[in-house]
Amino acid sequence: MRILVAMSGGVDSSVVAALLKRQGHEVIGATLQLYDHGQASKPGACCAGRDIMDARAVADKLGFPHYVIDAESRFRDSVIESFADSYARGETPVPCVACNQGVKFTDLLGMARDLGCEAMATGHYVRRVEGDDGAEMHRPVDADRDQSWFLFATTRDQLEYLRFPLGDVPDKAHVRALAEELGLEIAAKPDSQDICFVPTGSYAELVEKLRPEIQGEGEIVDEEGRVLGRHEGVARYTVGQSKRLGDIHTGVGERQMVTRIDVPRRRIIVGPRAQAIEAENRRTVHLRNMNWLIDASPEGVHCGVQIRAREKLRDAVVRPLEGGGAVVELTEPATPAPGQACVLYDGSRVLGGGFIVAGES
Amino acid sequence: MNEALKTTYLDANATEPLRPAARQAVLDGMMLSGNPSSVHADGREARRFLEEARNRISAGFGRISGTCVFTSGGTEADAMAIHAFGRSRPVLIGGTEHDAIRKAAPDAEVLGVDRFGLLDPEDLRQRLHQIGPALVCVMSANNETGVLSPLQDIEAVCRDSGSHLHVDAVQGAGRVPFTLSECSVAISGHKMGGPKGAGALLMQNEDPIDALTIGGGQERGRRGGTQPLPAILGMAAAFEESRRQDWVRIDVLREQVEQAALECGARVAGRGVPRLPNTSCLILDGVSAQIQLMTLDLGGFCVSAGSACSSGKVSSSHVLTAMGETEGASQAIRVSLPWNVEEDHVVAFCKAYREMAARLKKQ
Repeated sequence: MRILVAMSGGVDSSVVAALLKRQGHEVIGATLQLYDHGQASKPGACCAGRDIMDARAVADKLGFPHYVIDAESRFRDSVIESFADSYARGETPVPCVACNQGVKFTDLLGMARDLGCEAMATGHYVRRVEGDDGAEMHRPVDADRDQSWFLFATTRDQLEYLRFPLGDVPDKAHVRALAEELGLEIAAKPDSQDICFVPTGSYAELVEKLRPEIQGEGEIVDEEGRVLGRHEGVARYTVGQSKRLGDIHTGVGERQMVTRIDVPRRRIIVGPRAQAIEAENRRTVHLRNMNWLIDASPEGVHCGVQIRAREKLRDAVVRPLEGGGAVVELTEPATPAPGQACVLYDGSRVLGGGFIVAGES
Repeated sequence: MNEALKTTYLDANATEPLRPAARQAVLDGMMLSGNPSSVHADGREARRFLEEARNRISAGFGRISGTCVFTSGGTEADAMAIHAFGRSRPVLIGGTEHDAIRKAAPDAEVLGVDRFGLLDPEDLRQRLHQIGPALVCVMSANNETGVLSPLQDIEAVCRDSGSHLHVDAVQGAGRVPFTLSECSVAISGHKMGGPKGAGALLMQNEDPIDALTIGGGQERGRRGGTQPLPAILGMAAAFEESRRQDWVRIDVLREQVEQAALECGARVAGRGVPRLPNTSCLILDGVSAQIQLMTLDLGGFCVSAGSACSSGKVSSSHVLTAMGETEGASQAIRVSLPWNVEEDHVVAFCKAYREMAARLKKQ
């Protein structure tokens, strides 16, 4: 069949393209140009980064057409800007979810349909299983590379059309071996790390650049407003962190934690960690923008939920709400971070998920 | 038609297929072992061919051979002109100029164009009256739309104000007659059906210029570096072939393309004003240029979208934006018929275009 492969220029998606080509499919490669790192390139210089060149080299070598898609403005609006907004609100966003949801599985997938492709494949580590009621999403065989948490927002319609050939491979070494076997020169290329559009790894600097109004130092205070110290910028803090508080811990005589961020007044509010965790602990968590991959019953679904990218499952009952939200009743209390995803699992299967809303317990 | 790839090539403005006469000239040129700068017999032989090519190209522009400086291509010729003539005076460029001009004169004042892409010579006159003598850069024919600039009037305006006119004739040379004498002209061999690697800057006189490269003082000190003789001989042959071409035949086929596109609800940028005989800029509202390009490519048709950078990424067209298009600037493809196009190719393209439009055009 004619199948579009979303190619990042990395090993994973290159192997996907090569595998599909070897299986005899009509492969079309596409690489999204998401941003221009602007370090190496001067204004007006060519936009093509190393990754685009790599993806194109793989396509040329294997003999299938490859296209570079300009998604820069869409990525800026739908991912980077909302990432900055979310941070400026004191949340901890998950930009990869927004990117998969918008630029990749809406725009690029729409393009694949327009080109008459029967499916679109990516190098994500997640398994798609053909179930009785349509396609299901499952955790991959290689648990270390599980990306299911980042893909919960994939709609059922999108899932029908998508293919994830790497969901079944045992481990990354296997993928690299495949790359070598297929003669791909990028077999030894390092994995991409962290948030792709933050090359230096300092998202705080990026947020401050995009939202200069929140830039600048300010006070660290306790719940009563007593000044305990100073900080270098609110973008460097998230609720729940104990790092970057300097010698405040020793000053107060107890380990402290960020409990709130007052962005307009550029204040970081802290409290004793043990007490704060107790206060923040909740059994009830509200979610917005729910995506269900099953027909959820109004009475609720008993399942496991994962509220951070790398964390164990927690037992819960999740009930859908009118307007696209949901309410999670946890068996054991936890401290969810606003803006993060809460993903629902039944064994290896992803049932759906939503974004954690700040507020009432 | 590329027999090996089974494609239909309709992207002449990116590069014309090699003309047989040019191919022969290149092969002959490669057999000349001498360096045109050498004093010995082999060098003299090479120089004789080089100067003969210079004569033929200069004559085609009604100039003496000393005005012609060979370059690596159009971009270098444009950069050379801006470097030589734009340093001590303000630079004005047309709103639809190619990046070869735009990027070589990043601080230039950009002159507006109307919805056909035409610059108004009266606007230019007024502006020059305000700022005094300038370097004015205007292309003879636009690479995306094929629209021809009103060069006669622009030349007169520049003459009256004591300004230097530089014409980027990369697309126009060989395809439309060129009669101006009071300007410098940039041309490119491969856009006329020669090989890639040679171009020329034709100047108004034989005066020295401030060279970009000095090197061994070739081209009378105006452009250092050994001349690519085979490519230059190919360019001279291609230029002459191009001028002898039956462009009416091409124009008739081009009209077939445009009629088919218009019937599909497309718009043709610049239709209604004088244009190159081979170029059509087809705007299919609501369908991205990227998708059109990919669809046609997968169907075996080589066309292009106005502005593709070297990564292959398709951006919106600054030419169409200057002509007042908004969404349309990223929904246009360029079809440019090559010298060897056949009616079969055009018929096949029209069929593919109709199918594409029927499938993708949102009602």
